[in-house]
Amino acid sequence: MRATTRGKVKVLSGNQAAAQAAVLCQPDVVAAYPITPQSEVVEELSRFLAEGILKAEFVEVEGEHSALSVLIGASSSGGRTFSATSSHGLLYMFEAYSYAATLRLPIVMAHVCREVAAPNTVLCSQQDIMLARDAGWIQIHCASCQEILDSIIMAYRLAEDPDILLPVNICYDGHYLSHLSARVEVPDQADVSTFLPANKLRECRLDPDKPMMQAPYLGGKLFTEYRYKHCLAMQNALQKIDYLDEEFQKSFGRSYGGLIEEYRNEDAEIVLVALGSAASTAKAVIDLKRDEGVKVGLVRIRCFRPFACDRLSKALKGAKVIGVIDRDVCFGWNTGIVFVELRSLLNRLRMNQPMVNFIAGLSGADITKDHIERAINNMQLALHGKFGPEVTWLDLE
Amino acid sequence: MEFKTKYDGPWVDIDRNDLLTNDVGDWRYRSPEVDKSKCSLCGQCYLFCPTGCIEDRDTYFGVNLAFCKGCGICAKVCPSEAISMKTGGHQ
Amino acid sequence: MKEIRLHGRGGQGVVMASEILANAFVAEGKYATAFPSFGTERRGAPVRAFLRMDDKPIREITQIYHPDCLLLLDPFFQNMADVYDGLKPRGILVMNSQVPVAGKPHRNVKCLGFVDATRIALEEINRPSANTCLAGTFAATTEYLNLESIEMALGNFFKAKALDGNIRCVRRGFAEAKIIKF
Repeated sequence: MRATTRGKVKVLSGNQAAAQAAVLCQPDVVAAYPITPQSEVVEELSRFLAEGILKAEFVEVEGEHSALSVLIGASSSGGRTFSATSSHGLLYMFEAYSYAATLRLPIVMAHVCREVAAPNTVLCSQQDIMLARDAGWIQIHCASCQEILDSIIMAYRLAEDPDILLPVNICYDGHYLSHLSARVEVPDQADVSTFLPANKLRECRLDPDKPMMQAPYLGGKLFTEYRYKHCLAMQNALQKIDYLDEEFQKSFGRSYGGLIEEYRNEDAEIVLVALGSAASTAKAVIDLKRDEGVKVGLVRIRCFRPFACDRLSKALKGAKVIGVIDRDVCFGWNTGIVFVELRSLLNRLRMNQPMVNFIAGLSGADITKDHIERAINNMQLALHGKFGPEVTWLDLE
Repeated sequence: MEFKTKYDGPWVDIDRNDLLTNDVGDWRYRSPEVDKSKCSLCGQCYLFCPTGCIEDRDTYFGVNLAFCKGCGICAKVCPSEAISMKTGGHQ
Repeated sequence: MKEIRLHGRGGQGVVMASEILANAFVAEGKYATAFPSFGTERRGAPVRAFLRMDDKPIREITQIYHPDCLLLLDPFFQNMADVYDGLKPRGILVMNSQVPVAGKPHRNVKCLGFVDATRIALEEINRPSANTCLAGTFAATTEYLNLESIEMALGNFFKAKALDGNIRCVRRGFAEAKIIKF
């Protein structure tokens, strides 16, 4: 049963949607540094601040390392925090990035996916956030401007859950989503506040009257206990993400499938796995191919960290050929990164369907309907026993 | 695999134009016009130009329009007011 | 779904034109997406924008290779062959042209709408920004949307005198458009 939409319909870019969502979540402290293609997020936050709509402490910083360091301090004191970055901004803050997760701080950060140099570029790929996959943050990927806005609201409920207490990255493709203006329903503040109440200061670890020590120096065994607990918290997030998606559906009438989104997957023999904007385009190609009688479906991975093993195993069980579209490169394996992870899952489940990998869309290269059609055709050949190479670099062939 | 790039890594010969970035002259909607008779060869425009597209042409300083973004800084700093910004002048 | 590709130079308001039209379509209860091109471009075609409109949610997030309609903000562009790349047969061309256009600019153009948007803009808002005027011509030529929707959308971009001036631009672009069907 769809909830009545009471929000306002606007045309917003991905970046504007992110900033708007952050404002609706009523953060206490915001600190961010501009970097293409995220800069509009910071500009919009500044505008909301100037108009008196954002009532946060907005700390002007000289770089991303400081931005996240400021938020670590604020979050450690019980404040709700927000930031945004991309690519080399993430690399510049990486030292703090590792701290934020291992200190179990519920920071929410929008991440605009962009290539890492060299060669020099400011254009889209998912390499930057994939690089960061083992720093301990929760990582969720969006495929529409509406999803960006909605996911940031859900992210705070997720991050601040006492059984989780982990920072969350809401990721979206640079330019293809960050600069895409689209129809977005902006929920009313009252409705958002019902779903996500304003922050009541959580435990303040840095209370001058009752100070705790954060990040004591610890050797081996005691240190290991913290890593174990962190992993448990990551696992707690799996079921929570699905639960929050259902709750969001009840409150706002929109759902994204939780950990993964499946499209025409029920009887699919060929299954495409993708993240981000390319997965959205893939739906249109799948419809065309279905009209031609090809039994193809899509599994869009929303939550990449933690990795949704159970949901993915169910979704891929019936597939005869699995094709992974990677907008990134795994240097060590000469494949894409998502491919390596998915292959590991299949092995764990003793599933042995043939898997093929497609690398495309690096440095802003468009992932076109033609590319996706070529991938599906390639998988159709594999379905009939005609295997090509394990990895196809779609822009080089 | 056939490659269009020459070297193993992202470095290029400077005299091959294909991998160097765009001629930023495309971005321009107004162009600097130098009145050669007024140019005192002080070199301020040359020093201030952000793209470094101003050249010493012996009797005056001239603009390499392939890289001129039309920012107007040269016209602003010229003490002899020898440079004026005119609309148009696209390649 | 209609796919519209906009071409112009930086500073001519190509991106804003695509956003204004996206806002206008959404104001009519439709879905629309728009995003600009970026990156190294070949000479003479520095800025493109990709605009899609449909009655249902739009899933394609790619550049536009087979436009139903082309919108050219710079008069010089009508002579550039690659601007027409992929234009569908029975395509619509909307352009800012100072000179009356004679004949078909390209074999796939079925309907052409043009106006001297630069002159109108200079007269109404004292700037050579052809985008709002051409948005009016777009409405008249394609009939994809109503003029009123564009006027409503302008309120999201301009205020006060600038809003009044741009509304006049849109109306003149609509009223003074020369439309030729081939």
